[in-house]
Amino acid sequence: MQTGTLSANWEENQFVLAASGRWDIASAERLGPMLRDRMPGRKGAPVCLDLSGLTALDTAGALLLDRLIKRLRGQGHVVAVVGARSDLCALLKDVQRAAAGAEPKNPAPAERRPAFPLADRVGRATIGIWQDILSMLNFLGLVTVTAARLLRTPNRIRLKPLFFHLEQVGLNALPIVGLLSFLIGIVLAYQGADQLRRFGAEIYVVNLLGIGVLREIGILMTSIIVAGRSGSAFTAQIGTMKVNQEVDAMRTLGLDPVEMLVLPRMLALLIALPLIGFFANMVALAGGAVMAYVYLDINFGQFARQLQIAVSTTTLFVGLIKAPVFAVVIALVGCYEGLRVSGSAESVGLLTTRSVVVSIFLVIVLDAIFSILFSYIGI
Amino acid sequence: MAAPVIRVRGLKTRFGQQVVHDGVDLDVSKGEVIGLVGGSGTGKSVLLREIVGLMVPSAGKIEVLGKDTENLSESERLSLQARWGMLFQDGALFSSLTVLENIKVPLKEHTKLPPDLIDEIARVKVAMVGLPPDAGDKYPSQLSGGMRKRAGLARALAMDPEILFLDEPTAGLDPIGAAAFDELIGSLQKSLGLTVFMVTHDLDSLYAICDRIAVLVDKKLVIGTIDELLRQEHPWIRDYFHGPRGRAASAAKGS
Repeated sequence: MQTGTLSANWEENQFVLAASGRWDIASAERLGPMLRDRMPGRKGAPVCLDLSGLTALDTAGALLLDRLIKRLRGQGHVVAVVGARSDLCALLKDVQRAAAGAEPKNPAPAERRPAFPLADRVGRATIGIWQDILSMLNFLGLVTVTAARLLRTPNRIRLKPLFFHLEQVGLNALPIVGLLSFLIGIVLAYQGADQLRRFGAEIYVVNLLGIGVLREIGILMTSIIVAGRSGSAFTAQIGTMKVNQEVDAMRTLGLDPVEMLVLPRMLALLIALPLIGFFANMVALAGGAVMAYVYLDINFGQFARQLQIAVSTTTLFVGLIKAPVFAVVIALVGCYEGLRVSGSAESVGLLTTRSVVVSIFLVIVLDAIFSILFSYIGI
Repeated sequence: MAAPVIRVRGLKTRFGQQVVHDGVDLDVSKGEVIGLVGGSGTGKSVLLREIVGLMVPSAGKIEVLGKDTENLSESERLSLQARWGMLFQDGALFSSLTVLENIKVPLKEHTKLPPDLIDEIARVKVAMVGLPPDAGDKYPSQLSGGMRKRAGLARALAMDPEILFLDEPTAGLDPIGAAAFDELIGSLQKSLGLTVFMVTHDLDSLYAICDRIAVLVDKKLVIGTIDELLRQEHPWIRDYFHGPRGRAASAAKGS
């Protein structure tokens, strides 16, 4: 296989450029510099481009020939192309036509640079956040209306997807939530014991643990894990369906995506999150009890008795009452971001990240608001 | 006769209990345009995917450009992949890149050409497949289905491959675009000695550019020119070529 070359010499009064061998993409790299070197010194001399030695030509090679001819003509030479096989000539013509059509048009006028770029960005971001809040409230309204409509015709509630999602977000989350809660219980008991021991008040580890876990940590940890686990899954599932036009297909079939996709997920999370939260509470207390036994010699009976003194059912419910709210937020954000996916795989990834970040952010903010609220009404 | 570009021997494919191919033999010689047809679910796309190495057959041997596709070192595989181009049914463009960037991917990956030449090659490919110049800077999600297919073809052609694999290339194109596409394949095939292997249902393409046609029936291939296949007695093949659409395409070719 002969690689492409370009040789140049003078014949009488004309400059002869002979292209030979394979002018293809493999030779293009070597041919580039050759094209620059083999130029006629004399201005305006006629040039004969002899293509009779060409054995093969592809678009890259044809493009190089086209460049060569353009450059020669640009310098005022008269170029005659001779000797090309008819098929190669046809390709060269095709490429020349394509190259002429492919000239980049005038680029769009550059955007005006703002006078204060920082202020510009802050302003845009603020407006963006405001619009986000509005459209998410809009979505909340849409979901509420759909849910209310569904409540009037409860037989339309789709049980199969509901149970499927219950298994996905509830049952399958138990191992990871349990493990992490157990560890949190251990850590809390250990750190608390270290401090309380200085006062000889080791037994109050149980109070610390009971109130800390039941009121705050248990449900907060669970919500954060579920937001990362299930919120992201909601966005990715719905987003991929959006990319595959499945959501559009539903609409044309007269099915409401909110009813089909959003409500089963939200309902499943609404049922599952308080249950997982309760499970997490119990496991975290168990972790604390084990630590108290190993580290502080508080046996399980003492632990249970002290726990009974320290916490009431109110403590438990103050924690668990937050779970449905967090569930709605996680499902809402996950589905909302999923439905915002447009077109590309990249946007699925981008919005999945957003969904996790936004839902964890909202969960923590709401938790803080709950704390303030509870202290205001004195529980 | 020179060694075939694609050579398949005794290929079998099984998915669990379901046998898709049972002893497929195929030789494609250099510069040939071969069309693969067959009913839905007969494993046309599967055969194509096995030849390009996306799936591994249950048994049998596949050689492409003289290399056994199953036992290749990583570097051999890469150099082989630079010598063929594949057009997927929906274009399969990278959605995070513009059309031009999509076309540049193989060029940047497999060659050391200067960036300005790569850019020009990419622009020329965009024009050659009949896309307007401004389509090059668009993202796949901003294009129509037919335009995505053309962009996919431009990417498959980026490296000026020796073999072009096409999965339903003209499906979804308007008739004028489909005819222009046939013409494009024809002219490239002549000047580059391109070998084309296409899965298609477009009878007009079969008549216009295919030298031979391979029909997947009864888990095997029946291969021949159109005239030979027209004389075949197999019911599916007879229905295919003598059905109303087959007759129309044949008449169009004759006129």
